[in-house]
Amino acid sequence: MSTQVARVEEKLFQNRYLVDQGKPHIVVQPHTTPSKNLLAMTKICPAGCYEQTASGQVEITPDGCLECGTCRVLCEPQGDIVWNYPRGGYGVLFKFG
Amino acid sequence: MIEEKFDAIVIGAGMAGNAAAYTMASRGLNVLQLERGEYAGSKNVQGGILYADMLEKIIPDFREEAPLERHLIEQRFWMMTDRSHTGMHYRSDDFNEERPNRYTIIRSQFDRWFNKQVQAQGAIVISETTVTELVSDAYGKVIGVRTDRSGGTVFADVVVLAEGVNGLLGARAGLRPTPKPDHVALAVKEMHFLPRETLEARFNLHGDEGVVIEAAGTISKGMTGMGFVYTNKESISVGFGCLVSDFAENEETPYGMLENFKSHPSIAPLIEGSEVKEYAAHLIPEGGFKTIPELFGDGWVVVGDAAQLNNAIHREGSNLAMTSGRLAGEAIFQVKSRKDPMTKQNLALYKKLLDDSFVMKDLKKYKDMPALLHTQAHNFFLDYPTLVSKAMENFLRVDGTPKIEKEKASVRAFRQKRSLTGLVGDAWRLARAWR
Ligand SMILES: Cc1cc2nc3c(=O)[nH]c(=O)nc-3n(C[C@H](O)[C@H](O)[C@H](O)COP(=O)(O)OP(=O)(O)OC[C@H]3O[C@@H](n4cnc5c(N)ncnc54)[C@H](O)[C@@H]3O)c2cc1C
Ligand code: SF4
Repeated sequence: MSTQVARVEEKLFQNRYLVDQGKPHIVVQPHTTPSKNLLAMTKICPAGCYEQTASGQVEITPDGCLECGTCRVLCEPQGDIVWNYPRGGYGVLFKFG
Repeated sequence: MIEEKFDAIVIGAGMAGNAAAYTMASRGLNVLQLERGEYAGSKNVQGGILYADMLEKIIPDFREEAPLERHLIEQRFWMMTDRSHTGMHYRSDDFNEERPNRYTIIRSQFDRWFNKQVQAQGAIVISETTVTELVSDAYGKVIGVRTDRSGGTVFADVVVLAEGVNGLLGARAGLRPTPKPDHVALAVKEMHFLPRETLEARFNLHGDEGVVIEAAGTISKGMTGMGFVYTNKESISVGFGCLVSDFAENEETPYGMLENFKSHPSIAPLIEGSEVKEYAAHLIPEGGFKTIPELFGDGWVVVGDAAQLNNAIHREGSNLAMTSGRLAGEAIFQVKSRKDPMTKQNLALYKKLLDDSFVMKDLKKYKDMPALLHTQAHNFFLDYPTLVSKAMENFLRVDGTPKIEKEKASVRAFRQKRSLTGLVGDAWRLARAWR
């Protein structure tokens, strides 16, 4: 894990979340080799939710998701991911915004 | 969920949704507003500057109660290289007026307040409810919405889509496209807390006076992007944003860019010793006039960021959102008062009101700017700031070199980077786009 990932975790630690356990609102579609955009998400997701596994696939853990929609804009049209908002009331809860 | 049929359903309780719901409810319409956050504002992010005039048109005496942070008396534009900034500051005591023109706000708090005013006008607001789908009749007219609550379908004569830049519903219903990566910027933002006195001393402020800094230059590493520092009462909003397409191409991490900006020698001393209490991210529509989708149809209108009504050049979004929401509300009220149906034809009134307002006029004026800034990113965000900084240093450093030679060196540097025709061309394109 790079130092920047460690730092983004520290950042997310400041935030309030209500995680909808077992109901991820973003799902990466099964793939053998990730698309260029999916791979880019491992760098540009502002919450560091995307990671490349040892076998080369890209996975998502949307617990720290800031619901910005960047991955939706970049990866939804090609069908790399399925993107939804969390159920009402769940997800990130900004105190300041 | 609720059996009765409403005059209007508003999706979202951000700037646009609150303005629309307030306008309609205060004129006696039967309004239902749905918001997915725990409360209005809990999902929303802004820098954020509030423009008083546009809110005044909705709630004239808002200053008495609204949670406002500071009224702005100073604006700084900084052109940055990695170690310097060349600045333009405008500070005026005239901004210390009885009814100040611009304020900083904290969106979660402001939206919550705004939404309380909507409720006081009689609208029914249900939060913690995500709308999952628009409901249409056999002819394609929107007649209601489905939500994630059990039995959660509700009906209305018209649906106001105020779902923000990342609006899923309009896109899913085929009413507008999903924004393209080069039409939206991703901004990340932190809230830095400092004791009031420290903050005021650092920014040279008295009482509730405030300063904002907008910064561009090599801090975006050649991408189309900006950093900002906005003062609140006892906190500072620090953020950085770039086009999503640029992020994707350059694979820079947004938080890495923010850290870089924060550690700039001109920024670091301003936030030194602060306590960070939140980290947020949000998209900003940057495509401008050319990306505005269809704004109305049978049984629906779209307002605010969802309709790309955002002026990236002036960093104005909330006022366009409020104004479009208000005008949509007024149009719906007029159609309703005539007892006319909410057809596409009748709802065209909304577009007409919007065309006559500053919203469309401003966006039209800058219609060529987004594409220009994007294609010329390297010049505007890397070469020019570097050259300006070099020229400033040349001008200021006293080292025995005759001034005439210094001047020539600066001009030469500009020409070397960019041929004379290139420079003239850039200026011309910028001027045209600005017109
Ligand atoms: C970092 C940053 C800085 C900015 N700075 C400024 C500034 O200084 N000045 C300025 O004027 N503008 C600024 N803007 C732009 C401004 O924030 C937006 O233009 C404005 O918030 C748009 O208002 P809106 O109501 O259209 O959308 P939003 O405020 O985004 O509101 C959309 C609402 O809809 C809700 N919603 C979405 N989908 C659903 C659903 N399916 N069901 C239920 N609810 C839903 C959301 O939870 C949200 O409350 C900034 C933006 C950012 C990100
Ligand atoms: S929505 Fe934003 S924060 Fe959430 S996973 Fe996608 S890119 Fe990351």
